[in-house]
Amino acid sequence: MHELSLAGGILKVLEQTRARDPFERVTHLRLEAGALCGVEISSLRFALQAIAPDTCLEGAHIDIDEPPGSAWCLPCGQSVAILTRLDPCPLCSGHQLQPTGGTELRVVDMQVV
Amino acid sequence: MCVVCGCSNTGTSKPDSSPEVHPTTGDLHFGAGAARVSVPGLTQQRTIKIEEDVLGANNAVATQNRAHFAAHGVRALNLVSSPGSGKTTLLCATIHALKAHAPDVAVAVIEGDQQTSFDADRIRATGAPAIQVNTGKGCHLDAPMVAQAFAQLATHEHAHEHEHAHAHGHSHDDHHHHGHEHGHHTHAPQSLLFIENVGNLVCPALWDLGEEAKVAILSVTEGEDKPLKYPDMFAAAQLMILNKIDLLPHLSFDVTRCKDYARRVNPGITILELSATTGEGMQAWLDWLLDEPAHHHHHHAPDDARQTRIAQLEAELAQLKAEQA
Repeated sequence: MHELSLAGGILKVLEQTRARDPFERVTHLRLEAGALCGVEISSLRFALQAIAPDTCLEGAHIDIDEPPGSAWCLPCGQSVAILTRLDPCPLCSGHQLQPTGGTELRVVDMQVV
Repeated sequence: MCVVCGCSNTGTSKPDSSPEVHPTTGDLHFGAGAARVSVPGLTQQRTIKIEEDVLGANNAVATQNRAHFAAHGVRALNLVSSPGSGKTTLLCATIHALKAHAPDVAVAVIEGDQQTSFDADRIRATGAPAIQVNTGKGCHLDAPMVAQAFAQLATHEHAHEHEHAHAHGHSHDDHHHHGHEHGHHTHAPQSLLFIENVGNLVCPALWDLGEEAKVAILSVTEGEDKPLKYPDMFAAAQLMILNKIDLLPHLSFDVTRCKDYARRVNPGITILELSATTGEGMQAWLDWLLDEPAHHHHHHAPDDARQTRIAQLEAELAQLKAEQA
C-alpha cells in the first residue's frame, strides 16, 4: 500500500528536477529498489502506472534495478549474500546479521525529451 | 566524469547523438520549436542523472524534526504495531505511571489514525496534551505531518516561551533570540513525545519521523510469529514490547520463541514484557523511557553511519588479509 506514497515521492523528485532543468516528458526512468528496502517491485510499478496519466511520467518506460541484499555476519566476520531479512547466514546458519546492502530506494536517472 | 555516458560534463545533462543540440545552451530546454518539430536524424532525448533517495524529502524533514526535538529536550518515540495491540491503553497507563514516578517530565502524544479522534480523546482524558492526526487514506504518518502536529502541541509552545524568557533574562540586546543552542537541555529528557503511528506493521517501517527510536508493540494475542511475518518493522525497531502478558495463561503463546524470532530479524533489539492492564513490567518500561540519553546514543547513529563504519571495517580487514598474504 505504501508503494503509492513512494510513487508520489518519485514523481515529486522528477517534478523538482524538471523545475531546475525543464523538459517535456520522461521517456525512460531508472529506479533502484534493493532486495531489503521493503518495497514490492510489482506494486511500485503498478502505482507508478496509476499516477502517470497527465504527468511528465505518462508513457515512460520504467526500469527498476534490484540490488541484491548483503549483510555483515558478526560470528563469521565477513559480508554474506542474503535474499531477505529472514535468511540465516549461508556460512554459519546464524542470524547475527546486519544488512549492509540492498536497502537502497533511489531514483537513479531518466531520459527526457 | 559523468557516470551515465562517460562525458566530462559536470552538469546533469549529456548531449545525445545529435551534435546540433547542446543541452547546456538552454535553447533545447525552452525553445518552442526544437522539441516539437520533427527533424529526421535529430533526436533531443537526453539523460538526466538524479541519484536521489525516494524518501529524501521525508528524511530531510525528519532530520529537522530530530534537531527540533533535541533542541527542546524532547525524547520522541515512534510507537508502531498492528491495530489492537494495546498502544493507546499502554500510553494511558504510561502517562498515569509517569505522573506518579516522574512528575517533572512533561508528556505529549501525537496520535495517528486514518479517521476519528477517539485515541486523542482517550489521551486527553489523562490530562496529557494530544494532537490527533487523521491520515485519511494514508497508511502511515510521515515527517511533515509530525512537524505540523508538534507545532500544535502545548509542550512545544511552553518550551518556546521558556526560551524567550531565558533570552529576555540573559540577553536583553536581542529580543528576537529564538536560537536552538539550548545549553540547559543536555541531560535526562525534559519531556517525552509519544508518536502513536497508524496501526500497521508494514509501511511505518520506512518513514523516519525524526524519532529517537521506534518501539514495536506486539500483544501476545497476535501470535509469536509476527516478527518473522513483518521483518522490516521489527528490524527497524530498537525496542519490542510484548504486551498483554496477563493473558498468557489463556493462550498457547510461546514467549521464548517470539523473542528468538524478533532477535533473528534484529539481533540488537531490546525486549520488555508487560501488561498495561495489571501494571506488571511497567517499571522496566519507565526506566527505559527515563534512561539517560547517553545510554541511547548508539541508537542515534542512523543506519547509514553504521553501514559506513561496517564498510570501513571490511576494507581494513581486506587490507590486513592482503598484507598477510
